[in-house]
Amino acid sequence: MSVQIQSLTRRAPNASRKMLDGVSLTIEDGAFVALVGPSGAGKTTLLRTIAGLDGPYEGTVLVDGQVLAGRPMRERRIGFVFQNYALFRHMTVARNISFGLDVLPRGERPDRGAIAARVAELLELIQLPTLGGAYPDQLSGGQRQRVALARALATKPGLLLLDEPFGALDPIVRRQIRRWLRGLHDQLGLTTVLVTHDHDEALEVADRLVVMQNGRIVQEAAAETLDAAPATPFVMEFLGEALEFAGRVAHGRFLPDDPNVLSFAVSAGDGPATAYLRPHEARLVAAGGAARAIPLTGGQGGLRRLAVALGTREVEILVLPERLGQAGTEGLGLDIGRARLFRDGAPLAGAPPVASGQELPRVTVG
Amino acid sequence: MVFCLRRRDGLPGLSISIAFTLVWIGLIVALPLTALVLRPWQEGGGAMLRALHDARMYAALRVSFGCAALAAAIDVPLGLLLAWALVRARLPGRRAIDALIDLPFALPTAVTGITLATLYGPTGWVGALLARAGIRVAYTPAGIVAALMFVGLPFIVRAVEPVLRGLPPELEEAGLLLGASPLQNFRRVILPPLLPPLVAGFSLAFARCIGEYGSVIFIAGNQPFHSEIAPLLIVVRLQEYDYNGATAIALILLLSALVCMTGVAALRRRVSRGLVARGAA
Amino acid sequence: MGGPSRRGNAVLVAATYLTVLAVLVLPVLLVMVEALRTGIAAAWRSLLDPDALSAIRLTLLVTLVATLVNTAGGIMAAWLVTKYRFRGRGVLVALIELPISVSPVIAGLVWLLLFGRQGWWGGWLDQHDIQIAFATPGILLATLFVTFPYVARTLMPFMEQQGREAEEAAFLLGAGFWRTLWRVTLPDARWALLSGILLTTARGIGEFGAVSVVSGHIPGLTETMPLHIETLYNGYQTVAAFTMAALLALIAMATVLLRSFLEHDFRKASS
Repeated sequence: MSVQIQSLTRRAPNASRKMLDGVSLTIEDGAFVALVGPSGAGKTTLLRTIAGLDGPYEGTVLVDGQVLAGRPMRERRIGFVFQNYALFRHMTVARNISFGLDVLPRGERPDRGAIAARVAELLELIQLPTLGGAYPDQLSGGQRQRVALARALATKPGLLLLDEPFGALDPIVRRQIRRWLRGLHDQLGLTTVLVTHDHDEALEVADRLVVMQNGRIVQEAAAETLDAAPATPFVMEFLGEALEFAGRVAHGRFLPDDPNVLSFAVSAGDGPATAYLRPHEARLVAAGGAARAIPLTGGQGGLRRLAVALGTREVEILVLPERLGQAGTEGLGLDIGRARLFRDGAPLAGAPPVASGQELPRVTVG
Repeated sequence: MVFCLRRRDGLPGLSISIAFTLVWIGLIVALPLTALVLRPWQEGGGAMLRALHDARMYAALRVSFGCAALAAAIDVPLGLLLAWALVRARLPGRRAIDALIDLPFALPTAVTGITLATLYGPTGWVGALLARAGIRVAYTPAGIVAALMFVGLPFIVRAVEPVLRGLPPELEEAGLLLGASPLQNFRRVILPPLLPPLVAGFSLAFARCIGEYGSVIFIAGNQPFHSEIAPLLIVVRLQEYDYNGATAIALILLLSALVCMTGVAALRRRVSRGLVARGAA
Repeated sequence: MGGPSRRGNAVLVAATYLTVLAVLVLPVLLVMVEALRTGIAAAWRSLLDPDALSAIRLTLLVTLVATLVNTAGGIMAAWLVTKYRFRGRGVLVALIELPISVSPVIAGLVWLLLFGRQGWWGGWLDQHDIQIAFATPGILLATLFVTFPYVARTLMPFMEQQGREAEEAAFLLGAGFWRTLWRVTLPDARWALLSGILLTTARGIGEFGAVSVVSGHIPGLTETMPLHIETLYNGYQTVAAFTMAALLALIAMATVLLRSFLEHDFRKASS
């Protein structure tokens, strides 16, 4: 099922603050989309509005080209999984799963046997075939999570909405369920929208990321595009640790304010600019400045952490272990040739293609 | 009241629950209380003024307010003791005592009334003892206080208990370790956070006591100007078909109860804010 | 543990037992002793008196209707107040709790102001020969007013911390309002609901002041159990009065004990 949202605005009750501010978004049939952003960005509000949980709002929400507001829920074919699962405490797992079928009007309701068969099938699908008689209180977090999913899937929805579904799980279970969910999405041909504040999670499981901030969509793109060409410094910083260097562009070169940072070529108009890059994208070179490097404990992904003392401040970068030899030497320069440049919060048109690193595709910003 | 009735989506049942609730409240509470508030103006202000010019009424109000205040005041230390024991002591039979504390609230007032009248009566278990010491309780204002004490006790306990439960016992230990004497510790460390709930409990008990009827009339003696409570005077006025007189007393009682409840609500907000602030610190 | 010392604890426990015994247990004990003063047979016979039986019947009828109405109203009001946010919510809660702080005598008086002979609609009722004041309908109205808040008040805090996610989940799965209320909200809140109903029933059975004002005090006709106790007591039929009082006291004891267990239960369930 596809979703089209056009200039959707929602206000907080009793306040003029906009929880969603002119949001437009298209989700294609079969897509797996993650809504990411800091808390309060409007992700959950957007998800709940698509589900039809909160009203009123301005703008249109179309699912498969149709307005759903006011239509009975069972005609909408939407499955929703809550952050805390919202399992019915007083019902067994099986009754929880069959609830959506039990409440169908008599004419449409499958007979008892068919419902039982569907529940058994779903229990099998969530790999809890023996737990139909248990109560939610007796389950672990991961099991509850899967029951909530089965309950949402019982009525065969085309659109699956998940609100921070992994928030309460420990890291190992989280990873397992994430993979399992992605498999389920592909297997059942669902359209899935996932809300999370964890960008790593979103990067791993979703095809496309929608980054939100203050009730607006800041950028919507595939994971690699987001990192290579973030639309704002916020997106850059939200997706991971970023180093920031102020400076200006003159005569086709970016000139950092700090003399120990090397300039590099750009094809942009003259004026002030700010460069952002990931700590692992910076490199130390043997000349061109007066920086000193001090090795730090720790690192990540096989890289080691290094503190670089520049003129007025210190930044931390990640380097390959074999380059740790540079530590202790003086008179170093910092090469930030792979930085993304911004001016007034927008990407600088004509900034250089990210100097090709092995792990990054070449992307130009249009 | 403004309801946000325009709602395209969201949890169903808003309009039906609004309709049901408003009819329910309207018919059972709002309508009769409106009658009470409007009644005095029906026959002009003069009739009301005459009704207010009644020495017996003021005497009855004095008895009601005085006895209620005294009873609630005596209940404060007793209630604090019980709440303290429930929360902090190693108390065998805690559950039973916890349940018993609500008994005055659930026991029909007529039962309380005849029981206390018998208990404190000249030949009763307690009354006979006191009579030997030359103290008369039944059929005097002291009897009224005794009955109201019984009625008001649960309010103090139930107001203090949750706040006490939220206070870490470490507070007292910290006080003692810092060298405070037990008395100083009580006055400076323990009492201040308990003061708002104690005042709230006092107000609740007081509000309940000024309106109390059934448990008092059997023991009070009901002599005008001496041991006649205001609610009883309402009944007397009604029997005399003096609806204005009855309504005047009723309005004064209602207003006093409302003032107490508003005060309690304000206190509650302060207490909960205080707890939140403590929790955040 | 930061509790009192061994000796301090002993003193505290002793003082507590003494207070509970003197203030709470002694009266109940006295009721039982007085009721059984002339033996259990005499007590039993006094309950079989036609006026006593009529009082019991009237009390049960009035309490049943009042409890039904206020349970239905309380459920709807608690749902409204806890599942939605709207302006005027605080006023609504205050109105629901108002009858608690109204003197029972006033709770009777207000109905006389409406339906009594000098009341707003008294003349009209008189002309059409409809009896509300000093008759069963009046007693019912007074009981309705007095027992008004308890179901709503017990449900509200519980349903507040329930949140609304379960209801939203049910709604998204296709359940309508009644179905959600009946299959999701109330089963989960059943202990709180039962506790509220118990309190409503106990208050209804025991109401004296409000009912006394609107009842005609006609034995065998408009006397409820508490009113009948008054009549018996003032007529020096002490055993009969205390027997009925003992019956009511037993109901009250059962109510507080049951509620204490229920509350323990739903506190545990909600934590």
